[in-house]
Amino acid sequence: MRLHEYQAKEVFADAGIPTPDAQLAETVEAAVDAAESIGYPVAIKAQVHVGGRGKAGGIKLAESESEARAAAESILGMDLKGYRVSRVLVEEAVDFVDELYVGVTMDRGEGRPVAMVSTRGGVNIEEVAHEDPDAIAREHVDPAFGMHPFQARKAVYEAGVDRDVAGDVASILQTLYQLWDERDGSDAEINPLMITSAERDAAGSAGDDVRAERGVIAADAVFNVDDDALFRQPELAAMEEAASEGDALEAKADEYGFDYVRLSGNVGIIGNGAGLVMTTLDLVDHYGGSPANFLDVGGGAKAQRIANALDMVFSDENVDSVVFNIFGGITRGDEVANGINQALEQFDEIPKEVVVRLAGTNAEEGMAILNEDLVTVEDTLEDAVKRAVEYAQEVNA
Amino acid sequence: MSVLVDEDTRVVVQGITGGEGKFHAEQMLEYGTNVVAGAVPGKGGQAVAGVPVYDTVQGAVREEDADASVVFVPPAFAADAIFEALDADGLDLVVAITEGIPTQDMSRVYRKLAETDTHLVGPNCPGVITPGEAKLGILPGDIFSDGNVGLVSRSGTLTYQVVDNLTQRGIGQTTAIGIGGDPIIGTDFVDALELFEADPETEAVVMCGEIGGEDEEEAARYIGERMDTPVVGFIAGRTAPPGKRMGHAGAIVSGSGTGTAESKIAALEANGVPVGDTPEDVADHVADLL
Repeated sequence: MRLHEYQAKEVFADAGIPTPDAQLAETVEAAVDAAESIGYPVAIKAQVHVGGRGKAGGIKLAESESEARAAAESILGMDLKGYRVSRVLVEEAVDFVDELYVGVTMDRGEGRPVAMVSTRGGVNIEEVAHEDPDAIAREHVDPAFGMHPFQARKAVYEAGVDRDVAGDVASILQTLYQLWDERDGSDAEINPLMITSAERDAAGSAGDDVRAERGVIAADAVFNVDDDALFRQPELAAMEEAASEGDALEAKADEYGFDYVRLSGNVGIIGNGAGLVMTTLDLVDHYGGSPANFLDVGGGAKAQRIANALDMVFSDENVDSVVFNIFGGITRGDEVANGINQALEQFDEIPKEVVVRLAGTNAEEGMAILNEDLVTVEDTLEDAVKRAVEYAQEVNA
Repeated sequence: MSVLVDEDTRVVVQGITGGEGKFHAEQMLEYGTNVVAGAVPGKGGQAVAGVPVYDTVQGAVREEDADASVVFVPPAFAADAIFEALDADGLDLVVAITEGIPTQDMSRVYRKLAETDTHLVGPNCPGVITPGEAKLGILPGDIFSDGNVGLVSRSGTLTYQVVDNLTQRGIGQTTAIGIGGDPIIGTDFVDALELFEADPETEAVVMCGEIGGEDEEEAARYIGERMDTPVVGFIAGRTAPPGKRMGHAGAIVSGSGTGTAESKIAALEANGVPVGDTPEDVADHVADLL
């Protein structure tokens, strides 16, 4: 689960990582009021789960009320890579002299966390990693001990961070690791971590303290939470918002809790287990068809879940036929058959041809239950896929 | 011969009183697996399907001489259950079936694993089976047949599919190992390939991978440099769109684009491993080798 920038910044700020003054706004008026109270210049930033917001026009600077109004008007309601923008973060535009990258993630190859620091901040860090891997200092962390302070310092000095702010950056990296660890992060990133000029004026906040020295401030914030750990992160789980801004079908998949990816073809695909579903996609392609989606019902799916899966795929207008491929291990064929019957018996006329292939645990029991008036049954994966591809071709013939 | 498990393997089922634990303990017994104990905190003294239950894994090891464990414990408690199994003296093998264990928990388990001699298979895996002798996990036993091909796979259901194709063609298996699809797992491709390479009965190995990560590329290098036993590959996800479900974390860490199907297939083929286009095709390649 991804937090929005404003949510991640709240979490970071609570932990003591400096963040710019900012307010969330849902209307143009609220955005202008926020800009006035923060003081110009401000950055107005779309709050959607999309990378590259700046380039896509989702982040604008404003130096005056009229600019703030114009920026908020152009961003609020805009379509940003398929996501409608309903909120903006109005934020103090920080006067900076340099930008850094700091991040913590799981190195799956090593099986342990890795903390990263780079002086190449403010740009796409994946590109840096690809083109110049040495530009990122990496420090692996023993999960049993956590990050030692020396490790944070080591990463910061190895990255070549300016000595004036090295201590601040090391402390932020350590805090970021602790947050990542305690809050079950999958990725925690600050990019850019801005090095501010001396005498940064924390305008807008009471007291107006003027810094005499250079400092650092998190100008962006990314925090992704391990979905498997949400059960023990109730505060973060509560930050999850309905995915109403995105694809309606993907939102529905979220509701049902399916791993679902919408694709461009017309053969709907439902199966159990990511590897087998991907293989089914590959076979549809192999036999001349085009997959409409990837839908994994997961392990041990019960009848209702199977019915939900069919409902999902039927909801996609592009789908002309459906191949239902279940190889039971922990999933049981009788449950699957009951779910298929349950989903299809409610129709006077089945909206799309459904081809079913059931194998593995309780497949025989399932075949005995399955209402064969409603579906086409095939014994092998290959035959099921071929048949579904044929049906889809007939619809378009 | 076989690797990891055989008819003498004495199995303790952690979580045997739960729905899945009970169902699959019964299935394992029916298959002929030597299930000697269950372990569930607070349920010691009960019996499930005629199998005595102990409060601790150590108790099951001490009283029943168990040497392998299968974990059917819900995700919130599964890492603790694996730690308990790794801590018990005498277990050579722990098979963790549980799906959805938090990654950070597995990171700690992985660190502990480095201090032990125990093999961990999984988590989020279908388990290990030596056809006709023992199955530890949830694999549907009746699709397997006894023979001389080893199989290792990241995906459970894909394992079943490929085995089904092998068995239909009359090709039996020494042992099949589902290593699981999670980001952090115990036994990986290379570990499994090493086991098969050392097994005199295994005459060929099928390795089923999928997009994401770089484990297949690493396995390909191992095969090219160290293996004499021939391997046939299969990679799922050729048509998966790029950028979906591939967190950028891996890309940063690896310093390159994460493993696409093309890069994995190319790495395997460069190391002399034929890669099937379909599961049927995999069986054809294996038949050619034998």
